[in-house]
Amino acid sequence: MNQYQLIKLAKRVGLYALIAVVMVYAIFPFYYAVITSLKPSSELFRVDFWLSSLDFGNYVHIFTQKSFVRAIFNSILVSISVVFIALLLGVTASYALGRVRFRGRTTVMLVVLGVSMFPQVAVLSGLFEVIRSLNLYNNPGGLILSYTIFTLPFTVWVLTTFMRQLPMELEEAAIMDGATPWVTITKVFLPLMWPAMATTGLLAFIAAWNEFLFALTFTLTDSQRTVPVAIALISGGSQHELPWGPIMAASVTVTVPLVVLVMIFQRRIVSGLTAGAVKG
Amino acid sequence: MSIPATEGAPQAVRPRQAGYRGTKVRRQRVRAAWTFLTPMLFALALVAGWPLLRTFYFSFTDASLSDTTSALFIGFENYLVYDDGAWYGLLTDPIWWRSVWNTLFFSVVSVSLEVVFGIIVALLLNAEFKGRMLVRAAVLIPWAIPTIVSAKMWAWMLNDQFGIINHLLMALGIIDSPIPWTASATYSMWAVIMVDVWKTIPFVALLVLAALQMLPKDCYEAAEVDGIHPVKVFFRVTLPLITPALLVAVIFRLLDALRVFDVIYVLTSNSTSTMTMSIYARQQLVEFQDVGYGSAASTLLFLIIALVTVLYLYLGRRQLGVDQ
Repeated sequence: MNQYQLIKLAKRVGLYALIAVVMVYAIFPFYYAVITSLKPSSELFRVDFWLSSLDFGNYVHIFTQKSFVRAIFNSILVSISVVFIALLLGVTASYALGRVRFRGRTTVMLVVLGVSMFPQVAVLSGLFEVIRSLNLYNNPGGLILSYTIFTLPFTVWVLTTFMRQLPMELEEAAIMDGATPWVTITKVFLPLMWPAMATTGLLAFIAAWNEFLFALTFTLTDSQRTVPVAIALISGGSQHELPWGPIMAASVTVTVPLVVLVMIFQRRIVSGLTAGAVKG
Repeated sequence: MSIPATEGAPQAVRPRQAGYRGTKVRRQRVRAAWTFLTPMLFALALVAGWPLLRTFYFSFTDASLSDTTSALFIGFENYLVYDDGAWYGLLTDPIWWRSVWNTLFFSVVSVSLEVVFGIIVALLLNAEFKGRMLVRAAVLIPWAIPTIVSAKMWAWMLNDQFGIINHLLMALGIIDSPIPWTASATYSMWAVIMVDVWKTIPFVALLVLAALQMLPKDCYEAAEVDGIHPVKVFFRVTLPLITPALLVAVIFRLLDALRVFDVIYVLTSNSTSTMTMSIYARQQLVEFQDVGYGSAASTLLFLIIALVTVLYLYLGRRQLGVDQ
């Protein structure tokens, strides 16, 4: 083997070593959470890198707790409703912003973009008042309403980019046939928009599923909480005796669906994220 | 489309009427556009516009959480007031200034680290190797994990007595005694930064990767022919070309970091050594029930973020394509 080949080999080995480091760094915390959640509580405080035995005690513990099951149900209800509302309002608004030229369009786009950058805390007191006056405090309805603040601008923004890329001829043909804008959206664009809607819907779902500040502030009782709040508030006898086993089991339970979704829809998510940021 | 003809349907088309029909269709479309925008704008006004105005208003009142309607207007007293020989208010509170400093420190350090590591990971994912798609999916995992969950996972790994990180560091002989990562004033900020960097590298890496994949190949071929060192190629060719995408990623991340709440709240709760502006404002609003004072803090946070946003719109105008 001459020197050139040797250098090439060393580079290859270096590349794979670096990839291995990145992989371990990305996956290990989650892997360690899975391991911890599958340990019996007697072995919890011994550091292990792999499992010697399987124990589902922690999972049984959290799933027999009514408040946790209820929290999962609340999270699913809130996230799906939020996605539905964001897509419904987002598709029609993005048609207006992406396909129709009218005065004030740039202003509306800037308003949408501005809202997507609102710090949640800045609207906390005002939103609290709105939610209480609508009788939605300590109710998933209040969360569905408040999550619109970050899912709707994002959905509108990304769908508008997708709408703009669709060919003009389609719409011209529809206009020639005398189709109203509503018919144009539902019969012409909607069938073409499914991929884009799946992407934005998925991203909105993840955002709603993970939200914490509003869920913590606008709910009060265990039965109305969402999963992130339920996990954050799991506590033991004292500050220093957190029940790590059940916490890890709950964490893995709410993360696995997301990880599976991300694995399946990897390409879509990447295109959605970059459409929102790079291409705009 | 078998749709019944509407009013403007062509019947006996004369030249002038054709023009008339064009404007009619256009007017119909513009009207429809506003009809479609109204529900969205109403929703945004309800959850963003109105609450923001209320927050501004509350910051000039003595409102409390239990009763926001009978609040009295007290001017700038929440911000700054001179009373009985001393200054009071938000602007004189050392904890507020501490949280401003913490927020800025956290934002600058974590975003810088994320950009550096994000570029490295992106370059790596852009290289040719077997199983690239699998690695890409794996790198996305931290991004998909809910912030609360990642904070809890790291809190467990950073646990002072039983955590795997102290265990490893002690086994390797780097430290003699366990470090109380989340409890100590010196280390807790770094622990928080570590968790945030872990979680958001994928986002930066993906944006950079998307930019890398759009780069023209010929520059690199030319550089290779000329025998230029790859490091030099990176700084002279790649970096300038991905700067626009990088700028977008940085501002997105910066805006997120300036309003950071959940990761810090879960890892270190209300400790002053890691308290950020969001945590300070929420503590005043919800835990101390002082809506007036908390709103004043929220208002200042909003102004800071608005400043950064304006800067972003100014710098990123061309990438955003708002002006076509």
